[in-house]
Amino acid sequence: MSSEQRRSPNPSRVDPYLEHYAARTRGMVASEIRALFAVAARPEVVSLAGGMPYISALPLDAVGEMAGQLVADRGAVALQYGSGQGDPGLREGICDVMSLEGVRAHPDEVVVTVGSQQALDLITRIFVDPGDVVLAEGPSYVGALGTFASYEADVVHVPMDDHGLIPEALASALAQLAAAGRRAKFLYTCPSFHNPAGVTLDGPRRQAVLDICQRAGLPVIEDNPYGLLGFAGEPPRALRADDPRVIYLGTFSKTIAPGLRVGWAVAPAGVRDKLVLAAESAVLCHSSFAQLLVREYLATQPWREQVKVFRELYRERRDAMLGALRASMPAGCRWTEPGGGFYVWLGLPAGVDAKAMLPRAIAARVAYVPGTGFYADGTGADHLRLSYCFPEPDRIREGVRRLSSVISAELELRSTFGPAQ
Amino acid sequence: MSDLGHVLVLAGGLSAERAVSLRSGERVLDALRDVGVDADLADADAALIQLIDADPPTAVFPAIHGACGEDGSIREVLALLAVPYVGSTAAASRSAFDKPTAKSVAAAAGLRTPASVTLPRETFHDLGASAVLERVVARLGLPLFVKPARGGSALGATHVQTAGELPAAMMTCFGYGDTALVEQFIPGTEVAVGVLDLGDGPRALPPVEIHPVGGSYDYAHRYTAGQTEFHVPARLPADLLARAESTAVTAHQALGLRDLSRTDLIVSGREVFFLEVNVAPGMTETSTLPMALTAAGLDLGVTCRELLRIAAARGD
Repeated sequence: MSSEQRRSPNPSRVDPYLEHYAARTRGMVASEIRALFAVAARPEVVSLAGGMPYISALPLDAVGEMAGQLVADRGAVALQYGSGQGDPGLREGICDVMSLEGVRAHPDEVVVTVGSQQALDLITRIFVDPGDVVLAEGPSYVGALGTFASYEADVVHVPMDDHGLIPEALASALAQLAAAGRRAKFLYTCPSFHNPAGVTLDGPRRQAVLDICQRAGLPVIEDNPYGLLGFAGEPPRALRADDPRVIYLGTFSKTIAPGLRVGWAVAPAGVRDKLVLAAESAVLCHSSFAQLLVREYLATQPWREQVKVFRELYRERRDAMLGALRASMPAGCRWTEPGGGFYVWLGLPAGVDAKAMLPRAIAARVAYVPGTGFYADGTGADHLRLSYCFPEPDRIREGVRRLSSVISAELELRSTFGPAQ
Repeated sequence: MSDLGHVLVLAGGLSAERAVSLRSGERVLDALRDVGVDADLADADAALIQLIDADPPTAVFPAIHGACGEDGSIREVLALLAVPYVGSTAAASRSAFDKPTAKSVAAAAGLRTPASVTLPRETFHDLGASAVLERVVARLGLPLFVKPARGGSALGATHVQTAGELPAAMMTCFGYGDTALVEQFIPGTEVAVGVLDLGDGPRALPPVEIHPVGGSYDYAHRYTAGQTEFHVPARLPADLLARAESTAVTAHQALGLRDLSRTDLIVSGREVFFLEVNVAPGMTETSTLPMALTAAGLDLGVTCRELLRIAAARGD
């Protein structure tokens, strides 16, 4: 074909701003996995994928009345701009909530954020330059990895086992970085009822992790969305309870409702000041209405009892999932047994790829999240995350039964074609 | 408001192409409303029959891709409900959706199509995968293109360069269906040709050349704006453009399709190869059929309204 013939009168790449995007948008492309999750939203599919809290268990009538009353009585404040640090009364309430995990904090140390996801974003914004190293458990929360990627961080995963982050592995990762002349900016960890692994950092390891980070001068970011949702005994003691230098991220998304988008960070004064400035530049202030609603909820509703209701509900669902897994999973599968939170981390038989298997699972009307989403480098295909927080127990059992059939079929397919190249 | 009455755009469904279909449906819905049509969007779910019974639409525009939308089943149900719909009949859709069948029909109509074999999953299980794949490579050579016999949006499709890549490609394919179509890979210019029949016989729309930037025309390149460069009309000599157009019209007619379709072709040297045909073409911002309509000077909303009018007048 001649060059003349190849000249196009009007080539289109659909997006007129293609040449203007920042380099960091390179990975922002349509994905088959996301497309499959669109199917998971249909009621025929048992979705064990999303970590949606079971909001129907909330006293919605009472929340509705409070919302109406708030506008009627204090609308001029609730619908007005607020401060970048957040409502002082709410910050006091947040300190009460954290006291259940042993955290003694002053309201001045608290910065209210748009869910803890924004706290994570602000933390990354103030600490991380492109190419900086962030340490995170392997696997790690997918939303955190997305934030780290958007700031072009280099995530180094630290292995975990059934007792959480392995301190020796953390020390080894730090030593390797030092040997390479690099230094991590912080450790991001979810020590209690981990997302996605479902495990909890045990007591002795908590101190060991804090000691290692203290020696290395490494800030610790403790993400603790599920800390109050343990199924037995008292909530695990937060890392922040034993070390005031720890930067703690909390949220009402699991104990009240994610639609309110109220989270927070607790940080030492220097960090707090930067977080407030960063928050103001990001959103000016957070929703005054949502903050005052949460403040009112904490002041007038039996929220501790409500948390117990959620715990019992999620415990029943966790039991349904573990029972179904024991009853039906093919040999070679292994899974964590969470003591709280929303998730089970399921290891697949050798050679089975959770990402490749997803379309078959969707066709069988069950959804999960492939493990690859929880590693910055795309590894983790030998695991998948199951969440039990939203479906009713019978649906969970049905979902696990379907999943076991899919894994069995996958094993047969693998035996037919041999291991993937 | 248009005199057409109330119409329904069907989108969603339960196939892996649900997300794409929802985008197509929303776009058709907006386009119809822009030209004054009283249109609503509905999913193909348990509420659909009740919805149609309660307020029978003048006609339905199916924008459901993949199984259910393109395999004829939803059209069969619409026929049972005596609701007119845009597009091909259930029987014709079944033939078109099954790629091996469509290739046979196209070949019988004199069109060139890449050599291929069609194999269900059980065959590999029963006869042994390596022995079967060895014969496949011996027959078709390399490189190959593996795709589900039924399905779209390049889901489960892999371009295979070496025999060693073939088992993984087969497993990927069987994620989206139980039968695989293994085709000779024909290098060349990828072209999509829409066919439209507004009552005066099928005519080809300007062929759209698809040029993925830095990769193959996979799911990400199809549905991420900017990942693919489109040229309308395709950068082909006039005679090849005309042959691409006639190939699409021939496929449309040979398969007994009606109203609209989109045929995917490869132009390699002086040859035009038929790959597959779609009876519910994508209507998203990155889909080729709406681009072709624009290039032909046709408005998406006006065209869809005309197709609904034709369906309503036809009565099925």
